[in-house]
Amino acid sequence: MRPPRNFYVRTFQREAGMLSRVADNLYWMSRYLERAEHTARLLDVELQLWLDQSPEVGAGRWRFLVDALQIRGVQGRLDPLQLAETLVFSRENVSSIVSCISSARENLRHVREQCSSEMWEQLNKLYLQVMERRPEKGWILNSHELFRSVQEGAHLFQGVADATMSHGEGWQFIQLGRYVERTDTLAALMDTHFNRTAQASDQPVDSAEYLSWVGLLRGCAAFEAYCKAQTAEIRPLRVAEFLILNPELPHSIRFSVDRMNAALHIIGDLTERREKIPSRIAGRLRAKLSFSQIEEIMQGGVAVYLAGIRSECAEIHSAIHQIYFDYAIEAELAS
Amino acid sequence: MFPEATVATARADGGKDPMTAAATPIPYISPAFVNYQVDSAYDEMFSAPGMAREHYRALQKTLLGLAAEQLRRTQQAADLTFLHEGITFTVYGGKEGTERIFPNDLLPRIIPAREWGRIEKGLTQRLTALNLFLRDIYHEGRILAEGVVPRELIYSCRHFRREVRGLNVPRDIYVSICGTDLVRLPDGEFAVLEDNLRVPSGVSYMLANRKVLKRVFPTMFRDYGVWPIDHYPQALLATLRSLSPENSAYPSDLTTVLLTPGVSNSAYFEHTFLAQQMGIELVEGRDLLVHDNIVYMRTTAGLRRVDVIYRRVDDDFLDPLCFRRDSILGVPGLFNAYRAGNVTLANAIGTGVADDKAVYAYVPEIIRYYLNEDPILPNVPTFLMTDDTHRQHTLEHLEKMVVKAVGESGGYGMLIGPQSTAQQREEFRARILADPRNYIAQPTLSLSCAPCLIDGAVESRHVDLRPYILMGDKVNIVPGGLTRVALRPGSLVVNSSQGGGSKDTWVLRDGERAGGASVA
Repeated sequence: MRPPRNFYVRTFQREAGMLSRVADNLYWMSRYLERAEHTARLLDVELQLWLDQSPEVGAGRWRFLVDALQIRGVQGRLDPLQLAETLVFSRENVSSIVSCISSARENLRHVREQCSSEMWEQLNKLYLQVMERRPEKGWILNSHELFRSVQEGAHLFQGVADATMSHGEGWQFIQLGRYVERTDTLAALMDTHFNRTAQASDQPVDSAEYLSWVGLLRGCAAFEAYCKAQTAEIRPLRVAEFLILNPELPHSIRFSVDRMNAALHIIGDLTERREKIPSRIAGRLRAKLSFSQIEEIMQGGVAVYLAGIRSECAEIHSAIHQIYFDYAIEAELAS
Repeated sequence: MFPEATVATARADGGKDPMTAAATPIPYISPAFVNYQVDSAYDEMFSAPGMAREHYRALQKTLLGLAAEQLRRTQQAADLTFLHEGITFTVYGGKEGTERIFPNDLLPRIIPAREWGRIEKGLTQRLTALNLFLRDIYHEGRILAEGVVPRELIYSCRHFRREVRGLNVPRDIYVSICGTDLVRLPDGEFAVLEDNLRVPSGVSYMLANRKVLKRVFPTMFRDYGVWPIDHYPQALLATLRSLSPENSAYPSDLTTVLLTPGVSNSAYFEHTFLAQQMGIELVEGRDLLVHDNIVYMRTTAGLRRVDVIYRRVDDDFLDPLCFRRDSILGVPGLFNAYRAGNVTLANAIGTGVADDKAVYAYVPEIIRYYLNEDPILPNVPTFLMTDDTHRQHTLEHLEKMVVKAVGESGGYGMLIGPQSTAQQREEFRARILADPRNYIAQPTLSLSCAPCLIDGAVESRHVDLRPYILMGDKVNIVPGGLTRVALRPGSLVVNSSQGGGSKDTWVLRDGERAGGASVA
């Protein structure tokens, strides 16, 4: 079925491919951790905004958060405290910070021998830290520290992984999971934001809108980077351009898609499945982002553009599953 | 045919050890040893109160030089290493498996070369005979036809697998990985307590103990001249790869995997550890599939053929099409692939019949039958409950006996007479009468004692020894093994699931080493 194999003991070159289950676990571990980080950042930003805003505006912001994080099943009047609990501590909400970190840890626990022991220790530490916290009275006002530690814990994990794990296929699947998740969450956040604001213009915003644009930038960990690139003058069109098309900002859509694409290419090479679907879709998406102009995007409707990105992202996700994790055995045997 | 060995009940005669006779005794009553008791059990360290055996002298000197506080701190540092590295096992019985550290005792158990030589020969002899026995009962059944081992004993064994009758296994080796439990009787002789021929575990703790000890007592370790054991994973891999299946596509280039039941198994740490050390994939049942009687694993690069499976899954759960239908740990169709000679399972299917505790009683006869030799390592006396006189005797002396279920392991399903209540004895009496084939009895053995570090002082605790034997193209016994310790004072149960711990086992290169060299 396959050509004669080179045994790694002799050649120091392991055979192509890793266990599908292991790749699956690493991919999901990474997605969950990225989601926890994203949720923590958004909550942290919203909390700061909340303190600055009138109660009416504040209520609108919570609704915004529900949409941006794609939380389903939250209807009617929102109780901010209850909502925050749902987003942070709830076990029913699979996307709450606690659920995400638990799932990430559980995924890694099943493949512990595949990652470095430092990585396991770091994730385990983060997990224990988060599990220690309970929603006590007034916790939300003192929760900045919690949100920070989740973000920091995720960053540390990323650094530890980069420094201690061999950058082979497993590591690439971790990258892939992170950037697939990031592309999707960023697109959802921006989509929600642009839906609620007037057409993005190339004029500085007034003070009423200022906070929400700064909120968006901070939600993408991009405020400081934007100021460096464009000064502190907030022009909606430039913000959109920065967050969608900037190739250097780690939390821009273009950057995430580039990384996703790179990881898919390397995985394709390592598994000798270069011409397979996921990298084709990712390549197309990457090309689209590289050659788009923000004015064009606005003309065609930013919502349409972002929706397109999200649907391609979903396609990539299911293609990854189909090609690498859960392929049809009959098809494999026939090839 | 038995009882084979006589258990000496007299006080151990320490004067036998020729090396200790001329040596100057070191004061026995010293801070570290103040609570140390030498009783009727064989003591690994002392031949008589205050008289350390030759090969323990250097250790004694080291311990006397250390303050209690220092000893305590050293132990704590070692415990922390185990915790951080997650060297744990899972205890069953609770609602969810509970993860625990495997308690480690810092003082090495030291075995001189001449004693080890005998153990090594004895184990090789025993495993060779057991493999011949397994081959025989699954083929012609000569030993049964000649009545050396009763036919009904074999056929009534829960672990006998008629599915593998007539099936040839690579090199005729059924048991390639074996962990045999040895105990030292009061007269100082090693005897076999039990053979573990299915999926013996614990070898990772042996390696972990050594790693920690080398860190804690580097100079003493070097000065003692201890045989290394670190090559075990490599030896295991070589053994597995020597068992190429009959119809392998590339016999010189086998894909070997370790099959684990999964993360909730008590020995999961060991599975990950061994897979990592051998550099092979750790797979679960759902990673494998069988097509046209060929086993594949599902990788990101497609399906890859698997040739040798080091399985840590019991026979019952291997293949739902053939064995337990409710098993989700196994691989449907695996048995057919095995029968077709397309994949090797190590150990082979059906080895459990030879470590049945009732069959155990016949092992000395089995050795004589196949090898025409006398057993080098004796059995401990065993009473079969199917035999009227034996059963009678056992039921009359239940409070002095250890009763074991024949197919259990890990210290489950056991009655320890001297520590039992009247109610427990009644319960076992009823169980024995209801199903005599399922039980055997042994006199309560006084396992030998070894010094252990308990809260900064040295105390004596009962120990056994589980060496690991590998059999592939050659026999490979890593010098030493896992010394298990019953950490509760006076306890005789060494199983990890029942409050046991372990310690490093040092087999000396020459055994004649005097305590002259500098030790730290």
